[in-house]
Amino acid sequence: MSRRGWFGLVLVAALALVLCFLILPVVAIFVDTSPSELVSSLGEPGAREALRLSLVCTAISVAIIVVVGTPAAYLLATRRFRGRATIVTLIELPLVLPPAVAGIGLLAALGPNGLLGGLLDDAGIRLVLTTAGVIVALTFVAAPFYLRQAQSAFEALDPTWLDASRTLGASQARTFLRIAIPSAGSGLVSGLALAWGRALGEFGATLMFAGSFRGITQTVPLAIYERFSSDFTGALALSAVLVAVSAALLLAVKLLSGSTALGRAVR
Amino acid sequence: MLCVEAQAQLGAFSLDVALETPAATCLTLAGPSGAGKSSVLRITAGLVRPQHGRVVCGDEVWLDTAAGIDRPPERRRCGVVFQDYALFPTLSGWQNVAYPLRGLHRRERRRRALALLERFGAAHLADAHPHTMSGGERQRVAVARALAREPAALLLDEPLSALDARTRAAAARELAAVLGDAGVPTLLVTHDFAEAALLGTRVGVIDGGRVVQVGTAAELAAAPASAFVADFTGATVLTGTAHAAADGLTLVALDGGGQVVSTDPGHGPVAVSVYPWEISVQAPDAPRGGSAQNHLPVEVVSVTSVGNRVRIGMAAPQPLAAEITGMAAHELGLAAGARAVASWKATATRLVAR
Repeated sequence: MSRRGWFGLVLVAALALVLCFLILPVVAIFVDTSPSELVSSLGEPGAREALRLSLVCTAISVAIIVVVGTPAAYLLATRRFRGRATIVTLIELPLVLPPAVAGIGLLAALGPNGLLGGLLDDAGIRLVLTTAGVIVALTFVAAPFYLRQAQSAFEALDPTWLDASRTLGASQARTFLRIAIPSAGSGLVSGLALAWGRALGEFGATLMFAGSFRGITQTVPLAIYERFSSDFTGALALSAVLVAVSAALLLAVKLLSGSTALGRAVR
Repeated sequence: MLCVEAQAQLGAFSLDVALETPAATCLTLAGPSGAGKSSVLRITAGLVRPQHGRVVCGDEVWLDTAAGIDRPPERRRCGVVFQDYALFPTLSGWQNVAYPLRGLHRRERRRRALALLERFGAAHLADAHPHTMSGGERQRVAVARALAREPAALLLDEPLSALDARTRAAAARELAAVLGDAGVPTLLVTHDFAEAALLGTRVGVIDGGRVVQVGTAAELAAAPASAFVADFTGATVLTGTAHAAADGLTLVALDGGGQVVSTDPGHGPVAVSVYPWEISVQAPDAPRGGSAQNHLPVEVVSVTSVGNRVRIGMAAPQPLAAEITGMAAHELGLAAGARAVASWKATATRLVAR
């Protein structure tokens, strides 16, 4: 056998191994869950409540991330100023923060005895152990995924497009809305998918900061964890639902922005 | 009339220019890359703010740093054609052209955009997206877009450099006609002197952030103000030391050996410029007849075909180039290493002080 031949086999074997390892748990979830179990576990009010809470909280947090994060990323991508590199690093910090640490950090900052606790208390805002707290935790953990992707999408734009828009009578704001956002569109959408996926799976920070109360702060991952010790079948069924929702999200993004964006999202 | 005066420190590069372009004329800024040509356009359009400067178009003051006036680009009415055309990738041809048309109904915007595209022979590109267009097609759409806003001044940055050699000549002729029709002051940047000569009413040669000389292309070629301008217009430049000779001629002792005479006055260190097509090449033993006063023994370094001519690179020992026909080169047996004599008239020898 030629040298190239055996090396080719090594490559194929490596890919096969990777694929099996990554896909097997997902396949197992569906194999171990019969359709009837799936239906019956979804019929349970606690599960439906968790699913509804997950969708609502992630949607709100992703909306906040996009509305605030898009202009912030544009600024970082198109302007050069002192301290920019530091800011970029600080924004990426939550990416490497363990979720439990993120939860502790949020408590230390926004909890009743935290840095801003007094301020929030005076304003009558309570975040700990509330649905708002879930949204705060999800936003904190998921925002860097969108910001990073959006920043590189804006950085990839040809700056003369933005100059051309200005010379054609468009203000900075109009240039941002009419040229920058559409041109960076696929990158922004893939960042949105990454952030949404991360938010849907968020567990540690939510548990530490918002707790796990049915109907108030118990999102699907928390509900799975609660069932895990007592009702493994129920946990499996909910897991299957979460996988299906995540996959549907990824697929929707793929349809929305073409395969190139998905390629970037997966990278 | 478009007046641009600017002093700017852009990193390690300093720019100091003052230019005037009357209405309906085109001033081409020519110079090597990094000379500051594009910076002049960006300052005029408002994309770069100089430390000191004044930009006045007609009776509108766009920039006056002394008076604290600095209109943003969107309020300067500049039609800009960028080097790579900068068409918006998410918009179709007509949408690109209609981008500056605002406050109109969509149908009216499309109608006007189509009329403009038609004027530039690009009506078929209305629904095409920029990534499917050729360089020449993009250029037409970009020019149509720059004119859509009825600009008070036109700025073009290397409008032909993105085109391949085959389409460039035709595009240059079309562009020259468009600039003639536009009726507004035009600043056009190019690194190519031939292009500058074709498109510009006048040519400004810019080097190292300074305007070295402004004049018609013929004036620049006939009386280059510096060795740089001479070199840029295509002449060969030799260095030497000049002193007066008999009959009012100037004798120049060339650095590295040899001497030439010129009808230009000069004294001390000078640059001698001569155009390759003024130089004739003879065999070393040929009789020195004719009116040429200058005869330099040379060694042929290179023989390159340029269209229907042959460019002979020679060491005199300073580098010298001549353009002759292929037949002459063949008859003389010119090849690298051959010995020959380069001759030209004293009246074809320009001198500028160094």
